[in-house]
Amino acid sequence: MNAADKKRLLREMLFARRFEERCYEAYVERKIGGFLHLYPGEEACVHGVMEAARPGVDYVITGYRDHVHALKCGADPKAVMAELYGKESGSSKGRGGSMHIFDVKHRFMGGYALVGGPFPLAVGMAKGIKLKGGDEISICFLGDAANNQGTFHESMNMAAIWELPVLFVTENNLYGIGTRIDRSTAVQDQYKRTCGYNIPSAQADGQDIDQVYEAAKIAVDHVRSGQGPYMLELMTYRYRGHSMSDSNAYRSKDEEQMWGKRDPITILRNRLIEAGEMTDIDYQQLDKEIIESIERDIIAFCEASAEPDVAELERYVLAENDPWVKGGVA
Amino acid sequence: MAEIMYWEAIRRAHDEEMARDPLVICMGEDIGIAGGTYKATQGLYDKYGPERVIDTPISENSYTGLGIGASFVGVRPIIEIMSVNFAWLATDQIVNSAAKVRYMSGGQLEAPVVIRSPGGTAHQLGAQHSARMEKVFMGIAGLRVVTPSNPRQAYGLIKSAVRCNDPVFINEHELMYNMKGEVPDEEYFHPLEGSEVARKGRDITLFGYNVSVHWCLQAAETLAKKHGIDCEVVDLYALNPLDRVGIRESVSKTHRALIAEEAEPAVGVGAEVMALINEECFFELDAPPVRVSAANVPIPYNHGLEKAAIPNAGAVVQAVLKIVGKV
Ligand SMILES: Cc1ncc(C[n+]2csc(CCOP(=O)(O)OP(=O)(O)O)c2C)c(N)n1
Repeated sequence: MNAADKKRLLREMLFARRFEERCYEAYVERKIGGFLHLYPGEEACVHGVMEAARPGVDYVITGYRDHVHALKCGADPKAVMAELYGKESGSSKGRGGSMHIFDVKHRFMGGYALVGGPFPLAVGMAKGIKLKGGDEISICFLGDAANNQGTFHESMNMAAIWELPVLFVTENNLYGIGTRIDRSTAVQDQYKRTCGYNIPSAQADGQDIDQVYEAAKIAVDHVRSGQGPYMLELMTYRYRGHSMSDSNAYRSKDEEQMWGKRDPITILRNRLIEAGEMTDIDYQQLDKEIIESIERDIIAFCEASAEPDVAELERYVLAENDPWVKGGVA
Repeated sequence: MAEIMYWEAIRRAHDEEMARDPLVICMGEDIGIAGGTYKATQGLYDKYGPERVIDTPISENSYTGLGIGASFVGVRPIIEIMSVNFAWLATDQIVNSAAKVRYMSGGQLEAPVVIRSPGGTAHQLGAQHSARMEKVFMGIAGLRVVTPSNPRQAYGLIKSAVRCNDPVFINEHELMYNMKGEVPDEEYFHPLEGSEVARKGRDITLFGYNVSVHWCLQAAETLAKKHGIDCEVVDLYALNPLDRVGIRESVSKTHRALIAEEAEPAVGVGAEVMALINEECFFELDAPPVRVSAANVPIPYNHGLEKAAIPNAGAVVQAVLKIVGKV
């Protein structure tokens, strides 16, 4: 990655951070309802991996902590925030909400609320890619606790026997809601768990975007070159509770402070400053612009957007005007 | 028009759709080299190869999810679940992924998958191999449920389901794979919605689906011959959505209704049809609608007990005689 790429990534990560902090506020203001799972602390994971892949071209799928993944794939931040507001202008027309952001145009194939649910869907997309003969890959981002679902094992097995182009990315933030990994998981190094399926894997520091990128390049190259699945484990930490309803009381202050010192945005910023690519003043300016633009462009858009029409409640349940429903008569 | 068996009709539909579109695939346990437990995919492995006729591991939830995922990128999978008893393991993906994805993506993403599976009680297979899941799936918004009662429907419904952009669950029946019936020689697409009048009549409507259509037809014969009662038999081959109009039309004509179902009565097909009749044509009724359902038990192994648990044509006859006041 050259300096220009790194600067762009810093901007993207900072944007993601401020975007989600604004989500937090909007939730407190009751503009956003339901569950809200935020990603601060983990930004280098999706940014580093997708930097090595092709956002908008490769297929991406994930769980409920999905806003930043959608943004990195190319989703319009206005539509993502509007979805959180439940507006018709939202990326899923207000039908999906925080846990179901979709942007199929950019091949962000959705966030799914059932832990472990996306594994087989990702493998299926990889099957489709292979059948159609494209060089896209399928990328599945999920947390460490998801790996304890049966779907993990079933999917690993099928991905391996059919040598499908799928990259599993475990964002290991050490917790499944309030249960720390050592209390839920026999083998805590997640990358070791794929040896039972002969799937190559690696572990990398998920706080350092350079390291994520380097590890992801190897992973993506492996998958794209037709050698079958790969699993990349990224060691990371989420700053906030699991969701807005989580008081986060199960973690020690020491632990939180330790990870706070390894902030992915700070690490990248300091690296750029040390290299003379930017000054702290540049950074402050960038941050200010981002915060203002979120308020001016995104929040204003959401506030001004219409609610979905209740008369359309039953739309999108089934296909519209599908001739095969009537036996092939239009 | 040739007479072929139910399984042959299913096989033909697979073959034609796979020959037409290279993105139609089929997958399931033992469907490839073995040709399928009920022969539904016999010979297709040799014809289309392992990439398109896929023998899956025993991982129902995940291979169903895999098919759904493949459908997200343009593949048209026909997923066979060897028995609906195992479809319980796949309900997460069927319900949470396939049925909901169009809605929760605001119409952006769809899951055009076909999931075929035989259900019902066969011959002494015991409780864990006698499940009837149609009533579970018919209650799921976003999932079409059809259930062919003869080879013609089996063939035409699969053909339409493969092309339809919604997920379609096709409920087949272990006891019906060897049933013979006429199937058009030319290509034929059966509608995925609606119902069929299988026998015209004046005095009462007998609603059935899949195997219970045959109980109703048999009962109608007996009732006509021995008791002079003229039954209309309506085949509800589509369970989701149910044919409101067809149900109303028939009941408005006969003013009496009976629903024969293979599963327990609670929260079932019969309950739903009765509710619909209540909503649509209550004032047309000359008698309260009646259900003929299975006993409220896990299906027993013992032959006598098993027989007692599941309704049949005789039970339909008895119920009709009661409704018209002849017993
Ligand atoms: C099938 C299922 N079981 C339980 C839950 C409740 N739940 C939501 S998130 C979660 C923890 C998942 O942790 P992990 O996979 O590590 O992801 P993270 O939240 O840490 O990103 C649980 C138990 C669920 N959504 N789905």
